[in-house]
Amino acid sequence: MRQPEVTVMKLAFKILLALVVLAVAGAAVLWWLRPSALPEPGRASTAPKDATTEVINRGEYLARAGDCVACHTEATGKPFAGGRAMPTPFGALFVPNITPDDETGIGRWTPDDFYRMMHTGVSKDGTLLYPAMPFASYTKVTRADSDAIFAYLMSVTPVRQQNRPHELKFPFNNRELLIGWRTLYFKEGEFIPDPKQNAEWNRGAYLVQGLGHCAMCHTAINALGGSSESKAFEGGMIPNQNWYAPSLTSNREAGLGNWEIQEIADLLQVGVSHRGTTYGPMAEVVYNSLQYLSDEDVKAMAVYLRALPQRDSEPPPTSQARLVSPSVMETGRKIYSTQCAMCHGEEGKGHPPSFPPLAGNQSITMASPVNSIRMVLNGGYAPGTRKNPRPHGMPPFSHILDDEEAAAVVTYIRVAWDNSGTPVDASQISELRKLLPE
Amino acid sequence: MKPRCLRWRTISACATIAGGCASLPVLAQSEAIPSFREVDSMEARVQGCVTCHGQSGQGTSNGYFPRIAGKPAGYLYNQLVAFRDGTRHYAPMNYLVAYLPDAYLKEIAQHFASQRPPFAPADPMKADLETMRRGGALVAGGDAGKGIPACVACHGVALTGMEPGIPGLVGLRPTYVVAQLTRWRVGERHAAEPDCMKRVATRLSDADMNAVAAFLSQQAAPTDPSPEPANVVRMPLACGSQK
Repeated sequence: MRQPEVTVMKLAFKILLALVVLAVAGAAVLWWLRPSALPEPGRASTAPKDATTEVINRGEYLARAGDCVACHTEATGKPFAGGRAMPTPFGALFVPNITPDDETGIGRWTPDDFYRMMHTGVSKDGTLLYPAMPFASYTKVTRADSDAIFAYLMSVTPVRQQNRPHELKFPFNNRELLIGWRTLYFKEGEFIPDPKQNAEWNRGAYLVQGLGHCAMCHTAINALGGSSESKAFEGGMIPNQNWYAPSLTSNREAGLGNWEIQEIADLLQVGVSHRGTTYGPMAEVVYNSLQYLSDEDVKAMAVYLRALPQRDSEPPPTSQARLVSPSVMETGRKIYSTQCAMCHGEEGKGHPPSFPPLAGNQSITMASPVNSIRMVLNGGYAPGTRKNPRPHGMPPFSHILDDEEAAAVVTYIRVAWDNSGTPVDASQISELRKLLPE
Repeated sequence: MKPRCLRWRTISACATIAGGCASLPVLAQSEAIPSFREVDSMEARVQGCVTCHGQSGQGTSNGYFPRIAGKPAGYLYNQLVAFRDGTRHYAPMNYLVAYLPDAYLKEIAQHFASQRPPFAPADPMKADLETMRRGGALVAGGDAGKGIPACVACHGVALTGMEPGIPGLVGLRPTYVVAQLTRWRVGERHAAEPDCMKRVATRLSDADMNAVAAFLSQQAAPTDPSPEPANVVRMPLACGSQK
């Protein structure tokens, strides 16, 4: 009579064993299927490093923070070998080779030469740099950090590639003019920590004002290619790119006063957040630079940005300026319902962070409608980052909507759901169409 | 987080929007409107592609945007990388994929390579019989006198392409085919060296290109739309994309 009991026990044991094996196999498969981490440059090993390795690793990290690679590398070119054309309102600049090649790069530079260039915008041979090189920001970089970046650049593969001469229009091809520009717009000086603020705020300020060179886009550039300190971070059109860099100080634009620190940090480092998503030039900054920064540094930048003094250069739009004809609103609503509601929801709440919300989204309602129009015409993908390697994207509608229809749907998202934007008209759409890739 | 499917609703919405939709096949139009089941899915992630390439990559009523469904994943991946890095020029594509990493582009390529949506019916034939005859001859047999191999020699007997890097040609409209051949001939479009397609395109006259495109556009849907496996046949020209 004991025999069947033993059999049952054995069977139960076998089933249990099978379940355990399955669970282990399942866990192994999940482990194997996990998204592989993108290489973390310079931080692969945790073993103690010698002083040189430490400096070069830190230099690589800081070079990422400064986004050197974005300008100093051609799309299919070798890293830091230069050659990339940078269109400016004054003609094309060709970015120089900063690999350590003795003949064509910076192989014969010294740490002193490099610091002088970063700090004063004067090259090794004494020529004044054009301010497309953000030395007005890099001047804030400490000597130690400049030396680390230099040590890192000396460690990369030298590439023999001659610099291409700039093709600037008269009179901007005369570098003597830069003396005037520098007098007006350049203030030399390393970052001085504010003793009234804590270490985190100061670290954020150092990164935002210095290597991050955020002011290059987020402070308006005037006709002379200069920007005024009193307008710092108040936003402006990015020349030649036809994107609007929103104000970081206005709560009606990208002012961050009512954002959570984590939401700001996510936008910077992940490329998407629960409040909005990066596209265009900001996606490039996240892709090439900010995604590689440590959580602590990104949080410090968020803390500093959120604490920027809030000021609005213009009063909010009057109710008169916000008037929309009912027929335009109805056209916009219909298009929205057909084409947009699937991802952004009938109420404009989106599916954050995959599909951004439109209701209450400052980048939709800010005074300049340029970015909203661009997104409707050309769509866009958030950058693929270490924390969001498979971003969602929006399709172009330029071939589906005519100028009137695009104006109606952009107007709709700017005023629906209590959004505080103003209507746009068809001529604004057609103007941008001419400038944008189609 | 499960948005309801819009696909059916949009057909009626489409009918109510005056003008625009009336002349287009209702199915094709609704297939180009964003729609998905789960936010956290590839289907949702590739919504950035659908207004031009259709929900499953079947193409849309717009003659220029190609069908991408079922093309070999290697071919689609090469194109996405080339668009991202600017070695293939088409501004709207260059912009869309500019900041997407390799692994994700590969996943997008695999997604569309695995799709098998039905083929759209061919547009009415516009070419004359002589053009169709010349097109048919080039597609099936090439032109030995001009050193032009048959399309089928590399793109598959059923013109469904060949793994890993040669695209299918069925379901492509003449505007797209002529534009690509022309770009190849003038050096605006490239493939990996040795660039076999450049050798072919530089031997084709304008009339040849039109003939090939016209003939291809009239081909019936293949019974098996999958690309041929690699290395079953010896190819008449060496192609970098097959290495």
